[in-house]
Amino acid sequence: MAFQTVVPRPEAQAQSLPPAAPKMSIRKLDFYYGKFQGLKDINLDIGERQVTAFIGPSGCGKSTLLRTLNRMYSLYPGQRAVGEIMFNGHNILHSRTDLNMLRAKVGMVFQKPTPFPMSIYDNIAFGVSLYETLSSRQMDERVEWALTKAAMWDEAKDKLKQSGMALSGGQQQRLCIARAVAVQPEMLLLDEPTSALDPISTAKIEELITELKQDYTVAIVTHNMQQAARVSDYTAYMYLGELIEFGATDAIFVKPKRRETEDYITGRFG
Amino acid sequence: MISQAASARLPGTMSADLPTRDRRDPQPPVRHAGAGRWQDKLFEHTTRFFALLVLASLLGILLALLISAWPALQKFGLGFFFTNVWNPVTSSFGGLAPIYGTLVTSFIALLIGVPVSFGIALFLTEMCPASLKRPLGTAVELLAAVPSIIYGMWGLFVFAPLFGDYVQPLLTATIGKLPIIGALFQGAPNGIGILTAGIILSVMIIPFVASVMRDVFEIVPPVLKESAYGIGATTWEVVWNIVLPYTKVGVIGGIMLGLGRALGETMAVTFVIGNAYRISAGLFEPGNSIASSLANEFNEAADPIHRASLIALGLVLFVLTFIVLALSRMLIAQLAKGEGKRT
Repeated sequence: MAFQTVVPRPEAQAQSLPPAAPKMSIRKLDFYYGKFQGLKDINLDIGERQVTAFIGPSGCGKSTLLRTLNRMYSLYPGQRAVGEIMFNGHNILHSRTDLNMLRAKVGMVFQKPTPFPMSIYDNIAFGVSLYETLSSRQMDERVEWALTKAAMWDEAKDKLKQSGMALSGGQQQRLCIARAVAVQPEMLLLDEPTSALDPISTAKIEELITELKQDYTVAIVTHNMQQAARVSDYTAYMYLGELIEFGATDAIFVKPKRRETEDYITGRFG
Repeated sequence: MISQAASARLPGTMSADLPTRDRRDPQPPVRHAGAGRWQDKLFEHTTRFFALLVLASLLGILLALLISAWPALQKFGLGFFFTNVWNPVTSSFGGLAPIYGTLVTSFIALLIGVPVSFGIALFLTEMCPASLKRPLGTAVELLAAVPSIIYGMWGLFVFAPLFGDYVQPLLTATIGKLPIIGALFQGAPNGIGILTAGIILSVMIIPFVASVMRDVFEIVPPVLKESAYGIGATTWEVVWNIVLPYTKVGVIGGIMLGLGRALGETMAVTFVIGNAYRISAGLFEPGNSIASSLANEFNEAADPIHRASLIALGLVLFVLTFIVLALSRMLIAQLAKGEGKRT
C-alpha cells in the first residue's frame, strides 16, 4: 500500500484518463459563499470503488467541493451551488433532492472526530435506526459488522456501553468511520480524516481507506500529499477554487502535466 | 583495568558536566517567585472568603427562617404542611392550600413554557433566517426584562377577562367532557384562578428558558450537527438525539431557572390567582400560592402565630427550591448514565 508512487503503473503513466465508471460526475460546478465565488467551473468524475483525493493549498476549495457532494452546505443560508452533480442518474443540486436520503447514501467523516454524546453502540445504531427497522439481534450484528469494517471491533467489543467520547482520538475517528459505514452508504466523503491524529492512527485509517475501496466510492480531502499518493487512485489538484489538474494519482505525482501542479507537489509552492 | 579506569573517570565526567548545565539554565529569579506566591495566597484566601460567604448567608437564612417559624411549627407540628385551614380569627393555620397552589401553578407554567421555549430556541438556532435571528433573539431577551408587575396587570386587566369570556367556556365544552382530566376544566369561568396564574407564569418564564436554551444550543459544535446530518438525520432527529443530549445540563439548568422564577413569583400571581385558601379539583377555581399569601398578609399579621405561620410558608418555599435543585442534579446524573461511562 505504501508509496505507490515509487512504482507507477505503466498504463497510468501513459495517460491520465478520467475514471471509466463514474459514480458521481460533476459538470460546470460553481459555488458561492454569498457573493464570493468559492468554486469555479469544476468538471470532474469520481470513479466507482475508487479513491479520489482532492489536494491543494488551504482555501483552494477542496473542502468546499467535498461539501457540495452531499449538499452539506445547504445547512447554511447564503451558500449555493450552480451546475450539475449527477449521482445515480439524478442531479443532486436540484432543489427537490431529498437531502436526508442523499446524505444517507453519501456518508461523511470530518476533520475532527465527532462522536455523538451516547454510547459506542448507540453511536452506530443511531444512524442505522433512522432508515432501517432492525431487530435487536440484527442491530447487534450490524454494529459488530460496522466496527469490524472500521478495524475497531477488537478494541470496542468490551466497552460498547461506554461513552463514545471516552475513546482516544484515533479510536473516535474510526468510530466515526464505522458510523458512516454502518448505514451502508454508496459513497464516503472524508474531509481530512487524519489531520488531528497521531501517525499510528493515521496509518490505521489509511489502511482502512484502502479496505473500504472494495465496497465504497471514496472521496478524500487531504493536506498531506504523501497520504494522497498512498491511498488514492485519482487525484485532483485545486488552486483558488479552480480544478488545475485531475488524473490518475500515479500520473499526477510522477509526471504532472501542469507546471502549477508540479510546483505544488514538489513543495516549491504551497 | 579498563573498567577501573572507566569508573574512575565517571564521577569526574559528571562533575564536569554539572556546572555547564547550571550555566546554561539559570534559576528563575527567586524574589519574583516569592512575591507571586504571596499574592497567590492572598488571592486564594480572599476568593475563599467570598465563596464561604455564600454558604454562610444560605445557612443564615435557613436558621432565621427556622427560628422565626418555630412557634408555628411547634403549635401545629408536621400537620402544618398537610392541613388546609387558614383562619386568623381562631389562629389555626395549615399551609396545604398555598403549597398546593405554588406547585400546581409552577407545574402548569413548566408544562406550557418548556415546549414553547424549546420551540423558540430551536427555531432561533436551527431554522431562523440570518436576518431574523438578531431581532427575534433580542426581543426574547427584552421580554425577560419586563417587570413582573406588568405581567400581573396585563394578566388581570387584559388576559383574564378574555380568558374567562372565551377560552374557559371552550375548554369546559371540549376537554372538560373527557373522563378524569375533564374534572380539571370545570367551574365558573370567571377568568382568574389557578390556571390563569399558571398561564401567566408560563408567559413569564418562556423568555428566560428560551434564551438559556438558545445559548446552550449555540455551543453545539457545528461539525457535530453536520455529522448527524451527514448520516441522513432530519433536523428534528439531530436536535432530539444530538443537540439535546449534548446540552442537557444547560437545558435542565434553564428549565430550573424558569421553575425557580415560577415558584417564587409574587406580584403577577397575586394579581390573578384569586387569593383563596382553597384546594379545588378544577383549575378554574381561585387558589393561593406561598409567595402571594406572604405578600398579601404579612402587613396585617399582628398575631405572632399568624406571622410565624407565614414564615413557615417561606421556609417551605426555600426547601422546595432545594428539592427542585436536588431533583435536577439527580436527573442529570441519570441522563449521564444512559450515555455510557466515560472511563
